[in-house]
Amino acid sequence: MSALPGLYNYWIVIFLMMTGLFIVISRRNLIKKMVGLSIFQTSVFLLYISMGKITGGTAPIVAGPDTVYSNALPHVLILTAIVVGIATTALGMAIIVRIHEAYGTIEEDEILSQDLQQ
Amino acid sequence: MIESHLPILQIVVPLMAAPVCILLRRRALAWGWAALTCCLSLGISVHLLRRVLDEGTIVYALGSWGAPWGIEYRIDPVNAFILLLVTAIGAVVIFYAPASVARELSEVRGSLFYATFLLCYTGLLGIAITGDVFNLFVFLEISSLSSYALISLGSNRRALTASYQYLVMGTVGATFYVIGVGLLYMVTGTLNMADLAAQLKPEILASRTVLTAFAFLSLGLSLKLALFPLHLWLPNAYAYAPSVVTAFLAATATKVSVYVYIRFFYTIFGTGYTFDTLRLDCFIVPLALVGIVVASLAAIFQTDIKRMLAYSSVAQIGYMMLGIGLMSVTGLTATLVHLFNHALMKGALFLVMGCVVYRMGSANLTDMRGLGRQMPFTMAAFVLAGLSLIGVPLTVGFISKWYLVLAAIERGWWPVAVLVLLASLLAVIYIWRVVEVAYFQKPAAEDVPAVEAPLSMLIPMWVLVGATLYFGVSSSFTSGVARRGAELLMGVGP
Repeated sequence: MSALPGLYNYWIVIFLMMTGLFIVISRRNLIKKMVGLSIFQTSVFLLYISMGKITGGTAPIVAGPDTVYSNALPHVLILTAIVVGIATTALGMAIIVRIHEAYGTIEEDEILSQDLQQ
Repeated sequence: MIESHLPILQIVVPLMAAPVCILLRRRALAWGWAALTCCLSLGISVHLLRRVLDEGTIVYALGSWGAPWGIEYRIDPVNAFILLLVTAIGAVVIFYAPASVARELSEVRGSLFYATFLLCYTGLLGIAITGDVFNLFVFLEISSLSSYALISLGSNRRALTASYQYLVMGTVGATFYVIGVGLLYMVTGTLNMADLAAQLKPEILASRTVLTAFAFLSLGLSLKLALFPLHLWLPNAYAYAPSVVTAFLAATATKVSVYVYIRFFYTIFGTGYTFDTLRLDCFIVPLALVGIVVASLAAIFQTDIKRMLAYSSVAQIGYMMLGIGLMSVTGLTATLVHLFNHALMKGALFLVMGCVVYRMGSANLTDMRGLGRQMPFTMAAFVLAGLSLIGVPLTVGFISKWYLVLAAIERGWWPVAVLVLLASLLAVIYIWRVVEVAYFQKPAAEDVPAVEAPLSMLIPMWVLVGATLYFGVSSSFTSGVARRGAELLMGVGP
C-alpha cells in the first residue's frame, strides 16, 4: 500500500470533493449549500495542480539544461477555473440576497412552505 | 482578408458588443445595438455554413498558435448547423424582445438585460465553435452564469429559487465536466478535441482513468442537457424566467449541450469505445424512453402552460437522446434534425406564451379561456406549432419523428418505434387541453376583452411558425445537412 502515502494529495482531493458534494445535497440552508459548492470546486483545483507537479520540479522559468520543470498548463487552467468559481459564488450570493429580500428567509424548507401556501 | 477571420468574429462580435450595451445605458439604444449584433452574427454563421458545405471543415488557429498547443476553432457541418440554429433563434428573439421586456422588466434593467443576453448568446456560440475542451468549459460557464442571471429576472419571486436551484445543479454538472477533462488530460496531455481523439488509442482507453473520466463527463453533460431524471432544474427555470429568456434558452441551451454530448461520445471517445465496449446505449435508451413517457404525462397535469411546455421539452430531449442511443447514421440524423426542428417549434410556442403573458399577465390555463377569439393570430400560432410538436405531417415535428422511427426500425427495435408514436398521442392530450380552453370556453372577464399582441411580437413569432411549416414541407436543407453531419460523426461517407 505504498500508493497510500505517495498519493496523499489525491486522497485529500477525494475527501474534499465528497465533503463538498455531501454538503450541497444534505444542507437546507442556502448559504451552507454555497459553502459546499465552493469546497467541491476547490477540490478540483487541487486535482489539477497535483497532476501538473513533478517531484523536484520548479516553476517553468528557463534556468539551465538540466532543470526539471513542473507542467504549468494545468496551473494556468486552474487560474481560469478559480475566476469562474468566484463568479459562481458571487452570483449565488447575490441571488441569495434577493431571495432573502423576497421571502425573509434562506432556509429551503421555509421557502418551500411559503410557496405552497400561496 | 476578413473572410478568413470569420470563425473568431462569430465569437468576438457579440462578446465585445455586450459591454457596449451597458455603456449605452438607454434601453432602446442597447436593444438596437444588440439587434444589429445578432443580425451580423446570423450573417456570419450563414456564410460559415455555406463555406463548410462547399469546402469542408474549416480550421482556425487562434493567434496563429497551431494545435495542439494553441486553441483552435474547428467548424464542420455539425457545429456549423448548431451555430446557424443559435444565431437564427437569437435574431428572431431579439426582434420579439423590446415589447415583452418593456412589459416584464423595469427600465433600469433594460440595457443590462441585453448585455446579459448577448453574453449568454456568446457562450452558446463559443461552445458550438470551439475545438478545445477546456475552452468549451469557459464558454459553458459564460453561458450558464448569464442564464442564471437572466432567469432570476423573472417577475415572480419563485424565479429566484428556480435560478438558485439551476445554479447549484449547473455548477455541479460543469464541475463534473472539468473533472472529466482533467482526468483525460492526465492520460493524454492534450486538450484539443481532434488530438484527444487521436491520442485515445485502445491501450490508453483500457485504463481506469479514462473510464472514470467517461463517467464524470457523461454525468456532468447529462445534468446540463436535462436528461431524465437529471431534469429537475428545468421546469421551474423555464416556467418563471421572463418570456423572452424562456424562448431563447428552451430553443438553444439544451440543444447546445446535446451537441457537446454527441461531440464527446462520437468524436472524442469514438463509437467503438462508447457503444461497443461501455454500452452507453444501454444506459441512455431506457432513460430516454422513460423520460419521454414520464415527462409527457407530467406535462398533461400542469396548469401553468409555460411549465407544461417545459415538461414537454424534457420529453423532446428524450427523443434526441434516443437518436444518439440508436447509434446509426439515421439515428444521428434524427437527433440533429430534431435539434433544429424542436428549437423552431418550442421557440414559437414559448413566444406565443410571451404574447399571452403580455396581455393576460400570467400563463395560467384558466386565464387563457376564450383567447382563441380575442387573440386569433396568437392562438393560431399555438395550434400550428402545437401540431408540429405532436408530429403531424407537413410540419417539422413529422420529419423528426419520421427519421427517428425509421432509425428504430432499421435496428429492429419495433417496441421503441411504437413507443415513440404512442408518446405523440400524449402530446395530443396536452396540446388539446390548451386548444379546448382557448377556443371552446367563454372568456374569463367579458368586460375587459384582451386584444391581439403588438405587431412587433406577432411578426417574429410568425416567422418561427412559418419556418416550422416551411422546413416541414421542404426538408431537404435540414435533413441534408444533418445527414452529412451524421455521416461525419459515424466516420462513414465523404
